[in-house]
Amino acid sequence: MNTVRCEAIVLRTYKLAEADLICVLLTRDHGKVRAVAHGVRRTSSKLGSRMEVLDHVDVLLAKGRTELLSVRQVESRGAFDHVRDNYERLAAGLVIVETADAATIEHHADEAFFEMVRRALATLGEAPTPSVVATAFLFKTLAHEGASPVLEHCASCGEDTDLVAFDLAEGGLLCSSCRRGRPVSPEAVALMRRILLGGLAGVLREEGPPGSAEVASIAIDAVESNLGRRLRAARVLGAH
Amino acid sequence: MYPQPLRALIDELGRLPGIGPKSAQRMAFYLLRQPDEDARRLAGALVEMREQTSLCDVCCNVADRSGRCDTCSDTRRDTSVICVVEDPRDVVAVERSGAFRGTYHVLHGALSPLEGVGPDQLRIAELKSRLADGGVAEVIVCTNPNVEGDATAMYLSRELSGFGISMTRPASGLPVGGDLEFADDATLGRAFDGRRPLEG
Repeated sequence: MNTVRCEAIVLRTYKLAEADLICVLLTRDHGKVRAVAHGVRRTSSKLGSRMEVLDHVDVLLAKGRTELLSVRQVESRGAFDHVRDNYERLAAGLVIVETADAATIEHHADEAFFEMVRRALATLGEAPTPSVVATAFLFKTLAHEGASPVLEHCASCGEDTDLVAFDLAEGGLLCSSCRRGRPVSPEAVALMRRILLGGLAGVLREEGPPGSAEVASIAIDAVESNLGRRLRAARVLGAH
Repeated sequence: MYPQPLRALIDELGRLPGIGPKSAQRMAFYLLRQPDEDARRLAGALVEMREQTSLCDVCCNVADRSGRCDTCSDTRRDTSVICVVEDPRDVVAVERSGAFRGTYHVLHGALSPLEGVGPDQLRIAELKSRLADGGVAEVIVCTNPNVEGDATAMYLSRELSGFGISMTRPASGLPVGGDLEFADDATLGRAFDGRRPLEG
């Protein structure tokens, strides 16, 4: 039986049988994988506290006869413990892992994306407004997918001033002559540009930057449209 | 392949949690071989369970048709303390400890944003209504110590802050009789966070 050791972030868990869990792991070297953690829901399990959503772990996985891997050993890296101590951080963290799960396919290694998820979750501990970290992650995911919205000029005619609307079908901002979709404020335009075109570090240091609620809503709609599925965590928790 | 009534029973048993098609088949054939009265007793118990149980008007725990569960009917319980749990089975677990003499509130789930379970699907409105009636000094949020349980606890803490009552959460820590060297990092960390002064 082969075993692999890897660094992973737990994106999702599903209950299985009496006390097992199926864990969806985003690994640094092997992409997204599914593994069964046997007996993990028992209080006596030594794996339990380390195989929960948002855990950052070093894990030893064994290949069995089925598609599912089996979790043999886990060591916590403890990097995201701060996320679970605060409601806003937890809500933002869940949006990030749900998006990461939706944006990846199994067994397709993408170290750059893994690092993006890891950094976003690590940043939640420092950023004064956790929801802005989630919003920035959503935009960065779009960019990673090659679906970055057009923000420099009108996505329809190329006009670079008087940008007043955002349309998903057109793929970005629109000027007053081409306006379609939803209206956007100048603050939202400025914030989206800072997130995607330079200035993200400054945005993450600010407390509730102007236009953040509007930009969050645009980001969720854009990612949902791009990935073709709803982001439940954002809707349920009112994370934005 | 099988007669229709037997097939229907296998289908129904197969819908139970943790029961696959093979297990459902085995159970159905076991029941087929049992005396008539055994099968009737099981069917009667199922019907009676559906007809004779409801949710307690006060705490939302499982109760008989009277509308009050045993705990809420017990006048010796301390009604100023409410222990909030996710599931009726958690009430049994806390009762087994013998450490709690207050009353309960069963949420019937926990916030699970990734599953799309939000506050509206839990019995939070009933809890608020109990608190609004007054007489409650403390709410112990005894949800599971996992992401869903923690999210629920933090949500309740925010939602109920306006009632001006004490909100607490049971300590997490080392199992009684265990060895330190075998404790996992997270449990040991929480045990240190929740340490208390020694008396004596």
